[in-house]
Amino acid sequence: MMFGTVDPMLSNGTPGVILLIVLLKVVIGFAVAMAAVIIMVWFERKAISDMQSRIGPQKWGPFGLLQTLADGIKLFFKEDIIPQEADRFVFKLAPYLVLLPALVTFGIVPLGGTVTIAGHAIELQVANPPMGILLMLAMSGISVYGVMLAGWSSGSKYPMMSSVRASAQMISYEAALGMSIVTVVLITGSLSTHDIVNSQGGVFWHWNLIRLGFIPFAIYLIAITAELNRPPFDVVEAESELVGGFHTEYSSLRFALFFLSEYMNTVTQSAIIVTLFFGGPAGYVPNIPHLRWAFPILWFVAKTCIFAFCYIWFRASLPRFRYDQVMELGWKRLIPLSLGWMLVVAAFLVSRSWGFGTLSAVIFASSLLSRSFQIGDARDQSPESVLPTVAQRPIPGAVIRELLDGEEEI
Amino acid sequence: MASWTDFFGGFKLTLRHIGRPNVTNSYPEVKRPKQPRQHGRHVLSRYEDGMEKCIGCELCAGVCPVGCIYVRGLDNPADHPVSPGERYGYVYEINYLRCIHCDLCVEACPTQAITESKLFEFSFTNRADAIYTKPQLLVDDNGFPQRLPWEDWREGEAAMTGGWMRATAPAGDASFEGVVQWSGDLGAGVRAPEAGQSGNRDDAATGTKDIRTSFSRHMSTESQLQEDQGLASFLNAFARRGGKKESA
Repeated sequence: MMFGTVDPMLSNGTPGVILLIVLLKVVIGFAVAMAAVIIMVWFERKAISDMQSRIGPQKWGPFGLLQTLADGIKLFFKEDIIPQEADRFVFKLAPYLVLLPALVTFGIVPLGGTVTIAGHAIELQVANPPMGILLMLAMSGISVYGVMLAGWSSGSKYPMMSSVRASAQMISYEAALGMSIVTVVLITGSLSTHDIVNSQGGVFWHWNLIRLGFIPFAIYLIAITAELNRPPFDVVEAESELVGGFHTEYSSLRFALFFLSEYMNTVTQSAIIVTLFFGGPAGYVPNIPHLRWAFPILWFVAKTCIFAFCYIWFRASLPRFRYDQVMELGWKRLIPLSLGWMLVVAAFLVSRSWGFGTLSAVIFASSLLSRSFQIGDARDQSPESVLPTVAQRPIPGAVIRELLDGEEEI
Repeated sequence: MASWTDFFGGFKLTLRHIGRPNVTNSYPEVKRPKQPRQHGRHVLSRYEDGMEKCIGCELCAGVCPVGCIYVRGLDNPADHPVSPGERYGYVYEINYLRCIHCDLCVEACPTQAITESKLFEFSFTNRADAIYTKPQLLVDDNGFPQRLPWEDWREGEAAMTGGWMRATAPAGDASFEGVVQWSGDLGAGVRAPEAGQSGNRDDAATGTKDIRTSFSRHMSTESQLQEDQGLASFLNAFARRGGKKESA
């Protein structure tokens, strides 16, 4: 067959219907993602303006729903400026390196249950690769490249500095992120998002949120907020203080791509949280004929909306972290906590006695760690501890003698 | 005393604000009631019999700190006098590219001929339109100010022209507060005195709308009125809304 060498899936005489279904899923998935982004931007602006007693977008479409579209059109027709010092190829490549991972990650999220069309049982999920959730981690790794290269290729100092800051932050939080995902993978026994959702069942006390004891969820929520560079961890962009972070030199459509991928990531990560910890599309399904397939989708959308709202709520409520605070939270608190919790979960999966043994060991280790942090914080960290102030420094005798010109004896 | 739950105070505050009315409004369509003593576009008044109040004395032009007023007086024609006095304002021009709306002209006017409405939203597009001449400033035969094409008049903006002046006597003597010392206006009659510092205001008579109510629920608790604090505020807001519906 023609595609035989390309994809093993197509070599065994795969019927055209399945090919068509896959194609359809990709197209619909893309459309859903784009629509979700447009609604997310609108929702964020509307919700945050309500929290600040403002009105928000209202002119375009009902309740200002088309405002995002109007902004997109405006950006599309603006002049596209590429700085003279920029590395032109990388400069053009970077926005796509950020956008593509965002789109691909959306593909692995199970949006609903299973639908039967023309005798084929179709999972409402663009793709269900066996490496599943690892793909998400890999993609977020690639988007770090996008951010880094965007800043580097701009040929300007400030985007460069900002992109270094951004990638440092994203990489730091990836460790805690990965560790809290490991707990989910441990309890599921599979990496596939489909299996992760299925293992959680329909009732809420089977959800990973409860099964894993809330901590991995809390770590994930904080780490992913930092990973997305969203407030309160938006030191990277800090629009009220800095020019604009790594995309300062970007304009027109290329800036729109950054903006788009940022919001797409927000939507996707809300969906991933629901998938990992809240049972995905699981929920009560009333026995209505021909409509049973719709309820998982509704549940999924409702749960995702709650987390999308959470991100907006964080942004409205919390002041921005200082950069050293961001790093301290990531390295000193979240990574040890997620590591310890992962060990405890793993040990409890082996046996109860192992579990309690590890738990006590982790508690002991964390008390040691917190004591060492205390000692570290108590240390004199002022600039004077490194270099004495000018007044404190001893003045060389030769200099003084020269100043006094030998008039006085020292 | 700070406790760890204070961390969630910010979350609570933002969530609570969702339920509150917005401070901003859709400006060009919806306008907030203006301050009762707002200084805006000038209006030249007429007496109740239709005679012009301006006597062409040029005191307004003299007092104007930016020199935006140009007045020329002329003797009243004997057969059809324009004003009840000896002379009348033959030319009256105000240059709104210069006017700072300080209201000193209103204070200086011996006959309360020049007053200020609450209109400030007039955006002309050329310099000729910026200079308002006497036919544009003078009230029409109903006693209402002319409405020029580029002016955005709303209800109540012309109701109390020079309203601040009627808080006390025109001379500024506080003991004359609430005592009518001004002549009637064409269309409006003798306008009611606005309450000054004594506070016994009659908002219905002066057409004053209280701007405080639209902000009250956003103020800090200390600066709110007693009736706008705590749970009672919701009940009062509900009652106010009901009352408005009846009157409408």
